[in-house]
Amino acid sequence: MQLLYLLIEIIVKCFVVFACLWVAIAYEVWFMRKMAGRIQLRYGPNRCGPYGLLQPFSDLFKALFKEDLIPERADKAVFVLSPMITIIASLSLFAVIPFGNQFVFPWTDYVVKLRIADIDVGLLYIFGIASLGEFGIILAGWSSGNKYGLLGSLRAAAQMISYEVALGLSVVGVLILSQSLSLPEIINHQAGGFWSWNIWYQPVAFILYLICGLAEMNKIPFDMPEAEAELACGYNIEYSSMKFALFYLSEFFHMTAIGAVAVTLFLGGWQPLIPQLSFIPGVIWFCIKLFIIVFLFMWQQWTYPRLRYDQIMKFGWKILFPLALVNLVITSLVVALKG
Amino acid sequence: MIIPLLKGLGVTLKYFFSKPITIQYPEEKRPSADRWRGIQYFEKDERGKTKCVACGLCMVVCPSQCIHIETAEDEEGRRYPLTYELDAARCIFCGFCEEACPVKAIFMGKAYETVETSRRPLLLNTERLLAEKKVNP
Repeated sequence: MQLLYLLIEIIVKCFVVFACLWVAIAYEVWFMRKMAGRIQLRYGPNRCGPYGLLQPFSDLFKALFKEDLIPERADKAVFVLSPMITIIASLSLFAVIPFGNQFVFPWTDYVVKLRIADIDVGLLYIFGIASLGEFGIILAGWSSGNKYGLLGSLRAAAQMISYEVALGLSVVGVLILSQSLSLPEIINHQAGGFWSWNIWYQPVAFILYLICGLAEMNKIPFDMPEAEAELACGYNIEYSSMKFALFYLSEFFHMTAIGAVAVTLFLGGWQPLIPQLSFIPGVIWFCIKLFIIVFLFMWQQWTYPRLRYDQIMKFGWKILFPLALVNLVITSLVVALKG
Repeated sequence: MIIPLLKGLGVTLKYFFSKPITIQYPEEKRPSADRWRGIQYFEKDERGKTKCVACGLCMVVCPSQCIHIETAEDEEGRRYPLTYELDAARCIFCGFCEEACPVKAIFMGKAYETVETSRRPLLLNTERLLAEKKVNP
């Protein structure tokens, strides 16, 4: 009976997270376009419903009714598979994100933990799956039988290798502080007001994480794999219809997931700003912090130009990687000296 | 190196919170420029008819030859255009007809919404030219 309850609970949680996520992502796309418009002194989408709020649906139907082309020279199986890999990888990132602490059903003592899977190595899982998403991009460019696509996927591979190192190293400091790989544990370690969040103990790691995260999800200024101007959209050049939409959406899923991990690791996850505000549910705190991080990602996207390829490599290996190492050494020294 | 990056973020944030300069076209229309030459219109005389005396100067001066006139005389001995056809689809809006007109009958209007779905409505006759909007609404 207990097992059945657990099964039902997990299925319901999957559905709820999945549904909320799709709506959130749809309006994230809307917000991104609106924001781009306002930054460029335009209105952004405003024809579909009030304030263009129905735009995501119109985009969806447009994508569904477009012709689904598969190039003749493409490796068809891989070509079809790679958007699936990308979207599944970026969706499964949310399996371990703790959206809130827990919630007791009223009039019962049934406790629901507000995360789908409660695994001890949540952080490792995130990093494993996040780099799996990159495979989808690499395979997409390679299988489409197009030289621009191939160049895009080559760049994606090189960028993934060079930035994943610094990304991994930047969070090790947090691990040393909280002595756990489990995301809820890391959040519990940051309990008690905003001054105990990891961002104050690991500011360099936070900035490194944000920068490497941008590179990881191929956002401007690191959008080398799809560089519109030079590669004509790179890895997704041959994709159309819903396959393209999946790539496009997975970028947003990935961005949200990286933001959520940043919130979990550095901004105290569901913890309130000050302990007196803990009557506001943790999910709301989580969403507020996530919105701020995502806003930051989009804000910089419409500010900075794309870096050159050699600049990206130089920046990754000569600045971010040593910085992450130094940060790691100093953190472990301090922790070791404090005993 | 970091200060300019932050400055850039500041600039975009400032624009994010400022009002867009877009003109929402079908709802709000901007007036045409002072010297804008749109579709021609006929000036009316005191009887409400066209001032045109069908001298044919505009027909002669028109570089794209889009004006065609047939002359007639009414009972008072006044010349008037029996047919006056201006093919706005061929007109290049040079304004020569306005300059050539000795009786100030034809003028270039200010309207800029001149789209039609077929060529036929763009063949303007005297009635259409008299009724033509002088300015864009």
